[in-house]
Amino acid sequence: MKLYEYMAKGVLRENGVPVPPGRLARTPEEAEAAARSLGPCVVKAQVLVGGRGKAGGVKPAQTPEEARSRAGEILGMNLKGCVVETVYVESMLGIDRELYLGITMDNAAKRPLLIASASGGMEIEEVPERAIVRQPVPVEWGLMPYATRWVAHRLGLSGDLARQFGEIALKLYEIFRRYDAELVEINPLAVAGDRLVAADARLNVDDDALYRHPDLPRTSEATELEKRVRELGLAYVELDGDIAVMANGAGITMATLDVLQRYGGRPMNFLDAGGGAAAGPMAEALKVLVSTRPKAIFVNIFGGITRCDDVAQAVITARREVGISMPMVVRLVGTNEEKGVEMLRGEGIQAYRSMEEAAARAVELARAGEGVEG
Amino acid sequence: MAILVDDKTRVVVQGITGHQGSFHTSLMLEYGTRVVAGVSPGKGGQEVHGVPVYETVQEAVDKHGANASVLFVPAPFVKDAAFEAIEAGCSLVVVIAEHVPLHDAAAIVAFARQRGAIVIGPNTYGICSPGKSKIGIPPNSIFRPGAVGVVARSGTLSYEIVQAISQAGLGESTVVGMGGDRVVGLTFIDVLKRFEADEATRAVALVGEIGGTAEEEAAEFIKTMSKPVVAYVAGRSAPPGKRMGHAGAIIERGRGTYESKVAALTAAGVQVADFPWQVAELLRQKLGAA
Repeated sequence: MKLYEYMAKGVLRENGVPVPPGRLARTPEEAEAAARSLGPCVVKAQVLVGGRGKAGGVKPAQTPEEARSRAGEILGMNLKGCVVETVYVESMLGIDRELYLGITMDNAAKRPLLIASASGGMEIEEVPERAIVRQPVPVEWGLMPYATRWVAHRLGLSGDLARQFGEIALKLYEIFRRYDAELVEINPLAVAGDRLVAADARLNVDDDALYRHPDLPRTSEATELEKRVRELGLAYVELDGDIAVMANGAGITMATLDVLQRYGGRPMNFLDAGGGAAAGPMAEALKVLVSTRPKAIFVNIFGGITRCDDVAQAVITARREVGISMPMVVRLVGTNEEKGVEMLRGEGIQAYRSMEEAAARAVELARAGEGVEG
Repeated sequence: MAILVDDKTRVVVQGITGHQGSFHTSLMLEYGTRVVAGVSPGKGGQEVHGVPVYETVQEAVDKHGANASVLFVPAPFVKDAAFEAIEAGCSLVVVIAEHVPLHDAAAIVAFARQRGAIVIGPNTYGICSPGKSKIGIPPNSIFRPGAVGVVARSGTLSYEIVQAISQAGLGESTVVGMGGDRVVGLTFIDVLKRFEADEATRAVALVGEIGGTAEEEAAEFIKTMSKPVVAYVAGRSAPPGKRMGHAGAIIERGRGTYESKVAALTAAGVQVADFPWQVAELLRQKLGAA
């Protein structure tokens, strides 16, 4: 789960990392009022997607009136599919230089990694390898002060700036641990005169650890449809094709989409009903798929924990309760296969054993359905 | 021969009295796995499918010589249970649960490294050396003893590929599900090294997916291997992934995509199948020619 900039900065501030004063605004009037108390400021779109600066979501304002009109421009703006509902009005910094500082989990090395650069800012991903400093952190012992001094030295920082950098890095690591972060990042970490200040911040919290952070605010990037299916406990991502897909397991679901695409079909979604989902939630998920009016539905199951008879029951329930008017292809093998296949046969549905044949058939049926109103 | 588990592996099931623990204990016993003990705090003294249940893993190790543990405990309790198994001296710990917190997984892996234990998972179906031992949850029916080592990140997709390998008459030496999470105990290279050294393994099937850099790193090692490797990589059609801020991009530096993985594997001499069901056929060609 990603936090908005203003939320991430709230966490940083509470934990002693210097951030500029700022206020949240939902209307141009609120932005004007905020600017009146802050002085010259920056009006920043609060969205969860990156690259908002380049997309015009961050604008300076010298006066309260200007802040009001800048906020008017930004609020309601569509930034990469996200409509801006709030802006963060923040005191303007006299920035001399921009550094980068982030801590994330290095999945391959299986331990946290501190990453820093003297060339921070919007182009950080383009910075050459030699300008990036990496400091692995042992899980057992955490980040030690000496390691932050090494990093500061390699960034060319000295004196009080180096001392400030070390303090911020240690606090950032505490935040990384305390909030079960996947990523905590300050970009840019601004050199403003003799001070280091977090001019922008990001904090992504591990979804699997949210249960132990009841006090953190909740955000979501999911569409309404995605929320509906995820509430059933299943993984769902909307795509822009016309063949609805339900499979079990992330790998086989991805492979199912790949196979459909290789056959010239266009998958409409990623629905992973894995992990031993019961018939009830699977039936509800199928009903959601039906409501998206696909050209065809493809159910591809290799039952392990997931039982084929539960899948068959889900198909039958969905069909009885909402009707399935579009063509449907069911491929069913694995645990309790005979029972599931038999149940479907009783309903006049012939299940496939081969993924190859079933996928080809699904693409064929979707093609045949093109131009036909569902 | 096989890798990591065989008929000498003595398994303790943590969470054996739960629904999943009990069900899969019966399937493992049916497969021939030596399940020697179970652990469920507060339920010591019971029996599940004839397997004695203890309060602590230490008792299972002391009384029955358990040397591997499989965890059927919910995600919030996985860290504690895994530490207990490692501390008690289990050299192999299989973590089935999904949704284990990232920082917990990293802590488990770090502790295992200190103690020289191997962790499979989290978020894995487990491991099977066909005809010898199965630890975890895959269907018993898909395996057949044979010459192919299988290593995978994802679960059901490897069932698909393993079944095809069995039906092609090739069979498997060992099938390892490393787990689908971002931080798991093993790397492809850890497993490939063992397959390269294993007499029973004549070829390897690698089942990868987009994201991370594990396949690219594996490709570097495969260049040094003598045994043929065939791969399938899932995620070709996935839209550009949701990236995890800049740090993720800086770590991956252009790696992690389908194209990057296939290019790296191909450059290492790996044949990458377009479809999952082609893996078995490609292996047959390799083994026939060998």
